[in-house]
Amino acid sequence: MKPIEIVTQALELIAALAAAPLFLGWVNRCRAWLQNRRAPSLWLPYRGIRKLFHKDAVIAENASAVFRAAPYIVFGAMVVAAGIIPSMGTRLPFTAAADAIALVGLLAVARVFLSLAAMDIGTAFGTLGARREMMVGFLAEPALLMVIFVASLISATTALPAITENLATQALGLYPSLAFTAVAFTLVMLAENARIPIDNPATHLELTMIHEALVLEYSARHLALMEWAAALKLFNYACIGFALFLPWGVSTGSGGPLALAASIPVLAVKLTVAGAALALIETLSAKLRVFRAPEFLATAFLFAVLGLLVHLLLGG
Amino acid sequence: MTGTPWDLQMLNLCASLLLLLSFAMLAQRRIVALVNLLALQGSLLFVATVLLAWRTGEHHLYLSAFLTLALKVVFLPWLLHRLIRRLEVYWDTEPLLNIPGTMLIGLLVVVFAFGLAQPIAALANTATRNAIGIAVAVVLLSFVTMITRRKAMSQVVGFLSMENGLFFGAMSATYGMPMIVEFGVALDVLVAVLVLGIFFFQIREQFDSLDLHHLESLRETAAAADSASRRLEEH
Repeated sequence: MKPIEIVTQALELIAALAAAPLFLGWVNRCRAWLQNRRAPSLWLPYRGIRKLFHKDAVIAENASAVFRAAPYIVFGAMVVAAGIIPSMGTRLPFTAAADAIALVGLLAVARVFLSLAAMDIGTAFGTLGARREMMVGFLAEPALLMVIFVASLISATTALPAITENLATQALGLYPSLAFTAVAFTLVMLAENARIPIDNPATHLELTMIHEALVLEYSARHLALMEWAAALKLFNYACIGFALFLPWGVSTGSGGPLALAASIPVLAVKLTVAGAALALIETLSAKLRVFRAPEFLATAFLFAVLGLLVHLLLGG
Repeated sequence: MTGTPWDLQMLNLCASLLLLLSFAMLAQRRIVALVNLLALQGSLLFVATVLLAWRTGEHHLYLSAFLTLALKVVFLPWLLHRLIRRLEVYWDTEPLLNIPGTMLIGLLVVVFAFGLAQPIAALANTATRNAIGIAVAVVLLSFVTMITRRKAMSQVVGFLSMENGLFFGAMSATYGMPMIVEFGVALDVLVAVLVLGIFFFQIREQFDSLDLHHLESLRETAAAADSASRRLEEH
């Protein structure tokens, strides 16, 4: 293991942990601008997390160990996921342990524990949120896997850094299959991160919420970890998107420290643009009824499978 | 795809967008939007034909491209929009299957079409032979559109989209049909739509609706049932 690999790995983890709330703050700020509201501070998510860490935790009497452990498991899964995704460099020592399919599994572990913890207390809202989360998850996961399969077929490997390296070093060309899967990935990202067509992250309206219903029983440090994990999840999804569809600017192969340093501003620019685009999509679309969510995710699956078929037929 | 010239890449992009549009038509419930999608499909076909003509140097393809533009992008959508306004049919009734179900069937149809086109593509020696599978898929998806709809209007749109698919298939397999055949098909489509337009008015006059399910029950049997029930009442 060379020192640059360790540095890359450490840098990516630190960047993910530190920048995830900032990215969330940026998306919220863009949303506020687009909706003619006064924008909240970029640092608001940090302040929220700090405030929550300083409070005393209140836990329901009948909570089991699952409820206590879930925030740490969810947060841990998101941090490990951040370590696998090549957001800055492709030479990551962690990725020998897990490929892109394991990454989808890791995200599923987080979802399962989130839902278990929500059902653990036995309140109506927790159970309702858990059911909805599982419904969205079981429809979104095959679409995400299909997206990853297309990228894997193009570069003949399921290791995410190898895929990124392959796509980044290929000649520029029109890939209809990648264009279709990019659309599918965007839809999955919106659904999985509780963004607007499926869930409204800014609402506490009981009948429509998914993410908020899941974490309703948490307080203090547990809630802080859950919120931080949610921000990390959004950050991770954005980075998976960059790794598959915008792999340029990542330090690949034999790139030295200079290439690694250059990849930091590139990632910042990508995140800025992606955050603004996400806010734009959220502002332009209306929240769907929960029962329309299968239609939305079936569209995502359709796009991903079409990408796969087009790749098999046209070879591109 | 690395190494393929840009015009072939553009053609492949057009082909995949055509496939996507077929799915959009499959999912669309509003008839006005359906006609707009048909116009979009026609314009994609126009772009693909011009690209192919430019690539192969076959001059008759330019002619059929402009025939496509005039007929399928401008005239037929205009005619259909006019019909929609006159008949006041803006929405199709609920399709026979729900949308995700139709989509899944559509995917299976595409897989079937790709399998079907494989041996044909192996025989063809054109640069665009890979797109034959997509053309077959567009034809079959238009079939599905026609099967799952009830309103006569959406069935006509499905029929026209099927013709687009056939045109694209001929183009990618043999660089287009002979000019005389193309003119004949264009004329046929034109006449068919005009005749169907008259048909719509007749259907609506008879049944007060454009729902084709009314055509499935015979009038005589309905009359016979009527008189039978009347006889029962008399006794």
